[in-house]
Amino acid sequence: MASYSTNEFRGGLKVLLDGDPCVILENEFVKPGKGQAFNRVRLRNLMSNRVWERTFKSGESLESADVIEQDMEYLYTDGEFWHFMLTDGSFEQYPADAKAVGDTVKWLKEQDVYTVTLYNGAPLTVSPPNFVELEVVDTDPGMKGDTAQGGSKPATLSTGAVVNVPLFITIGEVLKVDTRSGEYVNRVKSS
Amino acid sequence: MTDAPEWQPRASLGALKSRASQSAWLRGFFAQRGVLEVETPVLGRHGVTDPNLDGIAANAAPVAGASGGGWLQTSPEYHMKRLLAAGSGPIYQVARVFRDGERGSRHNPEFSLLEWYRPGFTDTDLMAEVSDLVVGWLGCERPKVLSYRDALERFAGVDPFRVADTELRRRCEQWLAPEQTLTLGRDGCLDLLMSYLVEPALAGFGPVFITAYPESQAALAKVSELDGVRLAHRFELYVGGIELCNGYWELTDAIEQRRRFDEDNRVRRLAGKPEMAVDSALLAALEAGVPDCAGVALGLDRLLMLKLGSNNIADVVAFPLEIA
Repeated sequence: MASYSTNEFRGGLKVLLDGDPCVILENEFVKPGKGQAFNRVRLRNLMSNRVWERTFKSGESLESADVIEQDMEYLYTDGEFWHFMLTDGSFEQYPADAKAVGDTVKWLKEQDVYTVTLYNGAPLTVSPPNFVELEVVDTDPGMKGDTAQGGSKPATLSTGAVVNVPLFITIGEVLKVDTRSGEYVNRVKSS
Repeated sequence: MTDAPEWQPRASLGALKSRASQSAWLRGFFAQRGVLEVETPVLGRHGVTDPNLDGIAANAAPVAGASGGGWLQTSPEYHMKRLLAAGSGPIYQVARVFRDGERGSRHNPEFSLLEWYRPGFTDTDLMAEVSDLVVGWLGCERPKVLSYRDALERFAGVDPFRVADTELRRRCEQWLAPEQTLTLGRDGCLDLLMSYLVEPALAGFGPVFITAYPESQAALAKVSELDGVRLAHRFELYVGGIELCNGYWELTDAIEQRRRFDEDNRVRRLAGKPEMAVDSALLAALEAGVPDCAGVALGLDRLLMLKLGSNNIADVVAFPLEIA
């Protein structure tokens, strides 16, 4: 297995630390002129999503982690796994478990494209695009004329996600939602 | 559309103009004091044995195609000592030096070093001159003096001369795994405390000389005994927590110098690093007689960072390693 020495450390590098795949966020080189050099490194553990700070003596190395990010189309769920397919024309499919899908489950729409992080060839995490377009399946009746200001109400989307929307939104409309904040952005012209 | 390679300098044109002013000011400083400017090779036959410095090997031969060798110099020290032995009197140099693997917010593998030697000076005399130079250019307050021992006691809570090895390692386990500290050695542990606790604390302390290093960190300084402890006549200046220079009352004893080179290579072997050939020309110069002198090397990129209030060396270097 390939390994990286401290002098190859840089943001974005995927390495194994304590058996877990991590991504290097920051690497600071510290050295007194006549003394031992150290690398002060911040990493995100891709399993727990926690940020770790570790120090390495310069010249120490870490094994590389076989982690790659791939664009994949969401196909369907069988209740236990969520199935994704590579968009590169290979039609290769990958089943992601509930842990990998995590909170992204509420943004999963069939045929939309997601970023699937593979660790040793198996889905580790699934990330949604920043914006998704989803249909409203349930909300209180719209209030006519109230298109500009005031008030909001919950609306349930086709994926099960619940977002706060303006009062004028009605069932059947398609909304653009920011997945990072979980907030309503605007209505999308219905097709 | 393809991404064009980054061709623009990182440092602003203003910073580059300040660099030029700094050079002119420094040359004026030394001209006024009768110190001779010299130039010595950037590419030398020998590298250094210092276990914490990695040189960059070159492949230079007098005839094209012949197998060559040599090293980009990590400092002009050895060549300048050969000039001193030849009777140069006080000398200074603005040198480009190279240290492999050193890239960070305060490091670039190629950097500018101001190095000067003063025959007849002790470390204390030279500290006074360093103060004149730094205060004169930066307009900062005159540096205070703190011994290495006081600095570590005050800011890291350990007496570097008395703390037990196990206790020292335990302190380092705040940042390192126990198996990492085992191979670090006593000085490596002290270096960690210096970088992680002392240096940040010095940022708020005003300019300060750290003096009287442990004998094991003497490098090329004379050593003398004080109250039963052997101390190196070595000093470093920190301004705003940035290590700015390193100076010695110079070792001029050829036999002791050879012993230290051999000891460096022993440490290198233990650390799995390649041994470095000892610079026999330097030893010959020491045998012939390098006058009693003090010398110091000061990082010019860092001096300019301090002048401009920058905390990143890329602000003052036109083309750092990645875009050089």
